[in-house]
Amino acid sequence: MSHLRVLLKNTAVRLSALYILLFALCAAVLVFYVGGLFESFLRDQARSAVMQESSDVEGIYAKRGMEGLLATLEQRSRQPGTNIYIIASPQGDILAGNVLSIQKGILDQTGWIDTPFKYQRFTEERTEDMHYALARAIVLPNGLHVLVGTDLGDPRRLGALIRQALLLALGVMGIGAVVIWFGVGRNALKRISRMSEASGRILAGDLSQRLPVVGSGDDFDKLSGSLNTMLARIEKLNEGLKQVSDNIAHDLKTPLTRLRNKASDALTKVEKPAEAREALEGIIGEADQLIRTFNALLMISRVEAGSAAAEIAEVNLSAIVADGAELYELVAEEAGLELSADIAPDLRIDGNRELVGQALFNLIDNAIKYTSGEGTRVWVTLSRQDDMAVLSVSDDGNGIPEDKYEDAVRRFVRLDESRSKPGTGLGLSMVSAVAELHGGRLELSASNTEGSERRGLKASLILPLAKV
Amino acid sequence: MIHMKILVIEDDLEAAAYLAKAFKEAGIVVDHASDGESGLFMASENNYDVLVVDRMLPRRDGLSVISELRKKNVNTPVLILSALGQVDDRVKGLRAGGDDYLPKPYAFSELLARVEVLGRRTGAPEQEMSYRVGDLELDRLSHEVKRSGQPILLQPREYRLLEYLMKNAGQVVTRTMLLENVWDYHFDPQTNVIDVHVSRLRSKIEKGFETPLLKTVRGAGYMIKDEG
Repeated sequence: MSHLRVLLKNTAVRLSALYILLFALCAAVLVFYVGGLFESFLRDQARSAVMQESSDVEGIYAKRGMEGLLATLEQRSRQPGTNIYIIASPQGDILAGNVLSIQKGILDQTGWIDTPFKYQRFTEERTEDMHYALARAIVLPNGLHVLVGTDLGDPRRLGALIRQALLLALGVMGIGAVVIWFGVGRNALKRISRMSEASGRILAGDLSQRLPVVGSGDDFDKLSGSLNTMLARIEKLNEGLKQVSDNIAHDLKTPLTRLRNKASDALTKVEKPAEAREALEGIIGEADQLIRTFNALLMISRVEAGSAAAEIAEVNLSAIVADGAELYELVAEEAGLELSADIAPDLRIDGNRELVGQALFNLIDNAIKYTSGEGTRVWVTLSRQDDMAVLSVSDDGNGIPEDKYEDAVRRFVRLDESRSKPGTGLGLSMVSAVAELHGGRLELSASNTEGSERRGLKASLILPLAKV
Repeated sequence: MIHMKILVIEDDLEAAAYLAKAFKEAGIVVDHASDGESGLFMASENNYDVLVVDRMLPRRDGLSVISELRKKNVNTPVLILSALGQVDDRVKGLRAGGDDYLPKPYAFSELLARVEVLGRRTGAPEQEMSYRVGDLELDRLSHEVKRSGQPILLQPREYRLLEYLMKNAGQVVTRTMLLENVWDYHFDPQTNVIDVHVSRLRSKIEKGFETPLLKTVRGAGYMIKDEG
């Protein structure tokens, strides 16, 4: 019983029950309507047949007189399934025809007899069953009544037919209901309980769980699909958070420890002002680096929190890229690299100039920092691809192995090769966050320049252009 | 030494005491208010050269102090200090009537340099048509730079860099201030980007001349000054 109650709570089952009720109602209305139509159609048929016969009778009488009429009726009466014919006296006694008895009072009428009446034929056994008929009575010039009628059959049979049709329809629908209940309803019930089981496991803390997707593309699948996307996002954010806290523990603790060591070292040098000064400057430098890391972290989290964090306006990306190239040209030169730029003019994006600028400067800064001593040049390109601006900073340095691209973008991750160089480990995460804020993305690939054995690195910032 | 009198509106007493001491050492007279209302009162009643206003204050928010002052036609330059260091916070601060914005945490040298530049603003008119430091001349109309009468050819950006340094001659300008005022980007230039531009400029204006003009101030920034 409890299973039934659960079943009744199931929306699919409730809906199918409601639909079946509605269908049954419609079917009943339809059957009665068709029955009625059928009946009136039969009646019309009967009327026109009787009309035809009775005018025949008048014609025959006029042509061949009483004798001819009697002969014709005699002949017609014998045909199977024929109409009924009665010749009666003005007093109402049946004189000839194929009818044994007839409902009282009918033979007194003339003209159309619209209400069906009962009669019994000669040929039939004497039973209680009487037939219904529709007839027209005419009075011949000699005063005799001639009644021509047609059988309507037993109206109860029509009723029985309608009832039968209705029962059949309801029966089929009943079976359908059960099939739907067991098929759709139970299926839906099962899927819902599978979904709630999965969400139970997710609630218990296993964020890697996903809701089942059958692949039928129905509403359940769509719902599961979007919930799964949501879960994936939550999982990613959660992972990021966990990673950050792990990394804060490691990457911030290290410089803090260094800071503390330097401070106690400075304390021992109080007597020697020059050395103490140097030690203190080292402390300030260390502290500045920490502040930078914090600022970068704060900025990334603000940017990742969404567009509300930054004012967006139409900005000239080409101008920003030109600024970046100009700003870093001398830095590259100092590092023994050639910095070149190929900038498509007047590409505009909806964005935040400061953030995009900082992202670009980060990329150029990275390229110079990591190519120095390895490669010979860094080049910046800005081009248009459909409705996207593609801003790439490439170098011909050693690059990063392909399987490390994803790691390189992650927060605080500093690939082993780069640990010796200064940096917060947040540069590319910041660039990626800025790209996402602008509805774009950061892509890393090998720059693979001709004539160079080194794979190089190409960091592309792909940002949607401003709508004109 | 410039005699400057400033008001620091800051509710963190320890930070305020540190600032007061540090400014005093730099020869600047400091008054202190610890909440928005008293800060607003003091700033309207006295004639300060610069106001240093913390953004989050008890009794009256820092930005509202500034807009109230501006409404009263008190046009003392204001530097906003804030823990909110993002781009938009800066924009909001400047819109409220602030003249400069420094996110916390900051180096005192940065704050000092900015306060001095702001304080100078009230004294020296910005409309001077030419700047002169020693034998170095910069003509703001023709964009010509000469040293001892000899023309020096500068790239447009080098010109703007020199112009900003000369406008603030005798003052320390930090790398961040240079990035802000010469390139118009407001973040911490992490590497030596600014340094290489300054040294390129330096080589152009000092090569072949005996007296150095453009000096590096350790731990702070740069200053152009005629030692003679």
